[in-house]
Amino acid sequence: MWSYTLRRVLSAIPTMLVVITVCYLLLHATPGGPFDSERKVSAAVLANLQAKYHLDLPLWQQYLLYLKSVLQGDLGASFRYADWSVNDLVASALPVSAIIGGGSLVLSLVIGVTLGIFAALRQNSMVDYLVMLLGNVGSAVPSFVLGPVLIIIFAIGLQWLPAGGWNNFELRFMVLPIVLLTVINVSTIGRVMRGSLIEVLHSNFIRTARAKGLPTHIVVLRHALKPALLPVVSLIGPLAISSITSALVTETVFSLPGLGKLIVNGAGNRDYTLVLGLVVLITVLTVALNLLVDLAYAWLDPKIRY
Amino acid sequence: MLKANEIEALVQGRSLWSDARRRFMRNKAALVSLCLLAFIALACVVGPWLLPHAFDSADWDAMSAAPSWKNAHFWGTDDAGRDLLVRCLVGGRVSLTVGLLATLASVSLGIVWGATAGFIGGKVDSLMMRIVDMMYAIPYLLIAILLVTILGREFYLVVLTITVFSWMDMARVVRGQTLSLRSMEYVEAARAMGVSTTRIIFRHIVPNLLGVVVIYTTVTVPGVILTESVLSFLGLGIQEPMTSWGVLIQDGAKAMEVTPWILLFPAGLLSVTLYCFNFIGDGLRDALDPKER
Repeated sequence: MWSYTLRRVLSAIPTMLVVITVCYLLLHATPGGPFDSERKVSAAVLANLQAKYHLDLPLWQQYLLYLKSVLQGDLGASFRYADWSVNDLVASALPVSAIIGGGSLVLSLVIGVTLGIFAALRQNSMVDYLVMLLGNVGSAVPSFVLGPVLIIIFAIGLQWLPAGGWNNFELRFMVLPIVLLTVINVSTIGRVMRGSLIEVLHSNFIRTARAKGLPTHIVVLRHALKPALLPVVSLIGPLAISSITSALVTETVFSLPGLGKLIVNGAGNRDYTLVLGLVVLITVLTVALNLLVDLAYAWLDPKIRY
Repeated sequence: MLKANEIEALVQGRSLWSDARRRFMRNKAALVSLCLLAFIALACVVGPWLLPHAFDSADWDAMSAAPSWKNAHFWGTDDAGRDLLVRCLVGGRVSLTVGLLATLASVSLGIVWGATAGFIGGKVDSLMMRIVDMMYAIPYLLIAILLVTILGREFYLVVLTITVFSWMDMARVVRGQTLSLRSMEYVEAARAMGVSTTRIIFRHIVPNLLGVVVIYTTVTVPGVILTESVLSFLGLGIQEPMTSWGVLIQDGAKAMEVTPWILLFPAGLLSVTLYCFNFIGDGLRDALDPKER
């Protein structure tokens, strides 16, 4: 187990390094420097500015300096928001994204697994149709369509909830974004859970458990649930990546001041360092999450040998 | 005693593909989806020529007008007075073209990558697949955003960006299939009967590979269209005055409180198209790979 963990950790490092390097080089391959703006500055000021941001050094030194500061947890300064470092911007945006994303992930795991269990136990029942319908909705109605539709119904039509915005972690403003992300995640989780539980219920050890005369709820909860959950665990990695996509959309649709909004605005303003910093940060987070999920999977699944 | 050519005549009869076509034709949902999709594609191609309005000219008498038959704005107009139906169809041209081009490119890349890895095997295989694993762990939309930020928002750059991040599924599937096909019993049997390698490849490997390729292509198309729409929706894809479904949905979302149809028509069109691709993909999977059910 320890050697497997070590091997996986070591193989995650090149991924992160490649992403950082490629992004960094791409950024520097673009014509135009950060300080060729409309306003002409004197040569001395320009030289000072370039020295401050190490732009006077050769590229490989700049790159190493950037790597060093990233390793120290410093993502640099924003090009557009003069008084802000990327770290400040991230620090103000991260809690918003974390609470929306985390909340919806927990909620959708609970709901998705529960719905999946019921759908698998009662095939062709109402719950089963609901899960399949949700699965279809999730795969064909994209989040940027579903979001506005939710707003039309619940904010404009029924006027139950605000159409968007963020009021210092007030619950009313979180409901619709979390619901949107949850619906989309539940569609995948429910479908996978249903499929895997049906498969497990057909296996021999379940037949043995039933033959012993155990009641259904014990058979399902004690014997079938754990192996059936494995595919759901392996789903968390891809789900986290796709929820970054949905986070970008959700935060745009509901105008939430989160990481997604930050990156979209940064891309719109061509704020290179901000976008680079966010891409680096989120890549490192996702690679780390994937690593954790893989390790959890190896730990949970006795069939995996390392 | 039957002669050899008579036996052949008896045994031939149904090929893999005619079998698959028969199974696909029996699948109502897939068939309806195929017709609907063909209709949407046809409408996108010829529709803008037949309708009286241009996609980028404003009708000053009808700004944000509701759908009506009188002035031939069948789906209404947007906030600049441009006919929504024509814009949706023109946007469909762009979205579908991006979908087709990016799919073509990523499918080709995936097949070559996967087949190479599968055939060569060994160290090359594990290195190539390590790269695929790496690509999977990257939050691709962010890199796409970075690329679009840096390179600009040209049409072909959007296609390129989407391609770079959508070929891995195909590579994985083709590699797996190639690996398992190489050691199949019927390939071994063919070899034992003295069938030449070229004939084995074209008679046994390629048709079996084509099945998964076709299935995963239909899965790739909606994914690619969706990615383009997300980029455009975020304002980072296709640019005005050119339009795509993502752009139209973004425009609609801005104005949905007063004029919801500007959102609902393109959103509906996109969703119907994605549904169609999903059903066709399911139908093809059932038709080409009956084991999988």
